[in-house]
Amino acid sequence: MLDYQLFPEGDCAVLIEAGKEISLENHRKVQTIVSLLENHFPKWMIEYIPAYTTVTVLYDPFKIYKQTSENPYIYVSRYLTQLLEKESAAPLRKPRVIDIPVCYGGEFGPDLEYVARVNRLTPEEVIHIHASGDYTVYMIGFAPGFPYIGGMPEEIAAPRKKTPRLRIPERSVGIAGKQTGIYPIETPGGWQIIGRTPLKLFLPEKDSPSLLNAGDKIRFQPVSAEEYKELEMMPS
Amino acid sequence: MIKVIKPGMLTTIQDLGRTGYQKFGVVQSGAMDPFAHRIANLLVGNPENEAAIEITVTGPVLEFQTDALIAICGGRFHAYLNGKPIGLWRPVRVENGSELRIKQAETGCRAYLAVAGGFSVPTVLKSKSTYLRARIGGFQGRTLKAGDEIQVGMPGELSKQLQSLFEDGSLQASWSVSKTIMPDYGTFPTIRVIKGRHAELFTDESIQEFFRKPYRISRDSDRMGYRLEGPGLEFKRAQEMLSESVCFGTVQVPSGGQPIVLLADRQTTGGYSKIAQIAAVDLPLMAQLKLGDKVRFQEISLEEAQALYIDREKQIRLLKKSIFYQEKRRDTHAKH
Repeated sequence: MLDYQLFPEGDCAVLIEAGKEISLENHRKVQTIVSLLENHFPKWMIEYIPAYTTVTVLYDPFKIYKQTSENPYIYVSRYLTQLLEKESAAPLRKPRVIDIPVCYGGEFGPDLEYVARVNRLTPEEVIHIHASGDYTVYMIGFAPGFPYIGGMPEEIAAPRKKTPRLRIPERSVGIAGKQTGIYPIETPGGWQIIGRTPLKLFLPEKDSPSLLNAGDKIRFQPVSAEEYKELEMMPS
Repeated sequence: MIKVIKPGMLTTIQDLGRTGYQKFGVVQSGAMDPFAHRIANLLVGNPENEAAIEITVTGPVLEFQTDALIAICGGRFHAYLNGKPIGLWRPVRVENGSELRIKQAETGCRAYLAVAGGFSVPTVLKSKSTYLRARIGGFQGRTLKAGDEIQVGMPGELSKQLQSLFEDGSLQASWSVSKTIMPDYGTFPTIRVIKGRHAELFTDESIQEFFRKPYRISRDSDRMGYRLEGPGLEFKRAQEMLSESVCFGTVQVPSGGQPIVLLADRQTTGGYSKIAQIAAVDLPLMAQLKLGDKVRFQEISLEEAQALYIDREKQIRLLKKSIFYQEKRRDTHAKH
């Protein structure tokens, strides 16, 4: 049985909480809930937003009102309770493994030296450690296509910048505390930027507009500036 | 075609937003005041979700290079067609070559200009809404600029029926949407909220203050969210939050203690404590507030909020019927 709690998120959403900390086990629970929702998508459901340990279901109370006299929140809660009993019915897919080429340092990674210095490593060691981690995409959120990635080795952790940069170029790869991430679009931010990938993470012309999905395994692959340029020219 | 002569302060094309892509981190966007947006479309016979021009604080000057049926709904803006004042919340007939000038708002800060047939801009992820940060949607992913030429779509059957309102040569409908069905717009509204799922993380005194004292809309407020200034809110103890979903109208509190209300261009997930969620029927009140305006929060139950929601939807459907009743009445009258 899936262990979870339901909470109203205002009058048009209900949040399913399947755990309290970031773990692969809670991540799998979230993936199970998502696959159940994908396979049972009633008309009143607008969409859902998965995160580390939660999935929020957005719904239209008026559509529920038209089909039942029951209170919309109670109706949705009962529907979800019944749905989540089917836990075993939806086998999980095998995770995809996605290679992310990264050109580390130089103009693409102005903070590589800093990350090396605070950890008493050489820049080459930082690159090697970053590229040898076993990473999982826990969720996509915050910005279009932005992956919340778990699994970075702690030897290369680094504090955020005291004053955030006003512009971080899109596709920058950075470190903030024990997290690593990739910026899909240009935004302000306080992450230590160590490199850039030639891959586009946000693909607005595609119906599945995020290169990465929750559940993906990723591997960072160091590439030279020349290889970076070649890869950047290739169509996504 | 409509040509932009002056763009106004922040003028973008918006429909009701991108649906179904928040799981990919794609921001919803769409009209900040969905009520005014929907009504503007209904008044010209469009589907409610058709794209309209969202006007902010100071409106644009537009030259119509086509005959058109338009409606402007939202804050109390002053609008002029070829120099003559026109009313809001009603259908207005525009002749080819006319100049529409929308000036400043007396109260409120956003209005929606709907045109029968809507705007022919490409859809991105099934929506015509502009999301400025990612430079997608709307007119080339950006705010309108002087010289832009926006294509108007083909008016549908309902829009054509509404044309008969103007057979007597009048410029605008003699009636307008009744105040009784509108949200209670103002510069110091009481906004109804449902307690958030993290409300119990705050001290009892903070929760009381939140519902007793007014908050002011501060600088750094935009389509993404409003920063509020008022009583600081304290947590019982410091707590690390995991990122999770946020919604249109979520009131979240960073460790500094000053609340932020998340609006149309909000991020999909966030890591701050959620103290309250604005009742959907009161979102238009929030979205119309401008820098320096004040707001007070009042707690209501989830059941009340959903009853209000259903009531509002019923009223909008009634309004839709009555718009076409007005038109039919005139039509019958003309035949006799």
